[in-house]
Amino acid sequence: MQQSNAYIITFSIILTVVLGLLLSGTSEVLKPIQKKAEELDTKKQILGAVMSADEISGMKPEEINAFYESRISSRVVNIEGEEVEEQDGVQVTAETVDVGKNYKKAPEDRLYPVFVFHEEGDADAAISYIFPVYGNGLWDNIWGYLALQTDMATIEGITFSHAGETPGLGARITSSDVQQRYKEKSIYSEDGELVSVIMQKGEGKDYSGDPHKVDGLSGATITAEGVNKMLKSYLEHYRAYMEKKKDGAPSMALN
Amino acid sequence: MSTEVAEKEAAVKESEALLSKRRKKLITDPLVDDNPITIQVLGICSALAVTTQMQPTLVMALSVIFVMVMANLSISLLRNKIPTRVRIIVQLAVVASLVTLVNEVLKAFAYDMYKELSVFVGLIITNCIVMGRLEAYALGNKPYDSILDGFGSALGYSWIILTVAFFRELWGSGSLFGIPIFDGISSLVGPDFQLATNGLMVSPVGAFIILGLLIWVQRSKTGYVEH
Repeated sequence: MQQSNAYIITFSIILTVVLGLLLSGTSEVLKPIQKKAEELDTKKQILGAVMSADEISGMKPEEINAFYESRISSRVVNIEGEEVEEQDGVQVTAETVDVGKNYKKAPEDRLYPVFVFHEEGDADAAISYIFPVYGNGLWDNIWGYLALQTDMATIEGITFSHAGETPGLGARITSSDVQQRYKEKSIYSEDGELVSVIMQKGEGKDYSGDPHKVDGLSGATITAEGVNKMLKSYLEHYRAYMEKKKDGAPSMALN
Repeated sequence: MSTEVAEKEAAVKESEALLSKRRKKLITDPLVDDNPITIQVLGICSALAVTTQMQPTLVMALSVIFVMVMANLSISLLRNKIPTRVRIIVQLAVVASLVTLVNEVLKAFAYDMYKELSVFVGLIITNCIVMGRLEAYALGNKPYDSILDGFGSALGYSWIILTVAFFRELWGSGSLFGIPIFDGISSLVGPDFQLATNGLMVSPVGAFIILGLLIWVQRSKTGYVEH
């Protein structure tokens, strides 16, 4: 049976409208829940830099929110390391700064959130500083949270996420045994130069004696290079702030 | 009065049993004899991609069952209304909407799973099994039969990917549903004993090997030969 063109067009229009309404309706209903899930995920990633993945997966969503409230304080700084309260007349908080959007701007214009992991109830007793990092992997963006101890040189922990790296290859940056490799590494060389920590090409070597190298990802060299570039550039961007907050830095006493 | 009752009874007798022999076959055929993966060799990409662990595989299987049943149902309901010249695009629109629904629900209620499955849920749209059943069955059959047909095919797909995932997670990561199995066995045998995992199983190659073995075992039993 051949239908007339009018029938086909009417059918298509009705179908499109019905399906469109269905989808936009669902999206509208689920949006608040999705937003909460996303926020929780971000908090998990931030906490992941200072806690083990097992600890976090053992916590309920409310516990994570409560723990985050009591142990993390946040601020936003600029490239000079000065704290920023508002931009273009809009108040900014670290939680609402979209690191990915800022990544598209020039480094000088970006906002840099800092999350401070502190003793319970005492926001001044910092244990470690968590810095978001952002960059490009092989296929898409990669990002992460780097936690430095209060000497601003030793890595306390790190988490990575990605938008579209190859599963089993580049996507392994999200696995905790890869992230563990960064622990206790140092971002400054002995003569005080910012050298970051470089993921090596190839996999299976032992770099435990070298504070600036970690074992690579076999088959994911470009992702690893992306990680290296991301860490190096963001450490440079945060450098001014880190200098100010470093253990024994004079400005510490002024605060 | 009495004639009415008799008529009703006759009508009941005429309609097929809810799970008659023919309808049971709709579900059981795709499980082994006409399995979409091992016999028809459809939907291989997702069978390879998501099966490194049991948990995401289970979510994927449930998603495919939902999408196939709902798509078969809606297409079957619309089968006399769908203009033949645009039927493929209509099927695609329905499947794509259902998949988007699944994706949105996962994003809201199982965010970790949403992140892990990422593109693969979206790729259900291109899963040839879904479109294949719509085109071959739902377009020409009644809604209830179409539901059974979709359910059967999705089940045939599901048990294969779950079996592949079982072996891949067990041999590749030494665990099942994230619960370490190899460590448990090793500690039972002795302190110096450690069951090694095989990294090959985690890579897509491992899925090819397991799938190949599965097809081999199945075909040697059923005697199926490709012509």
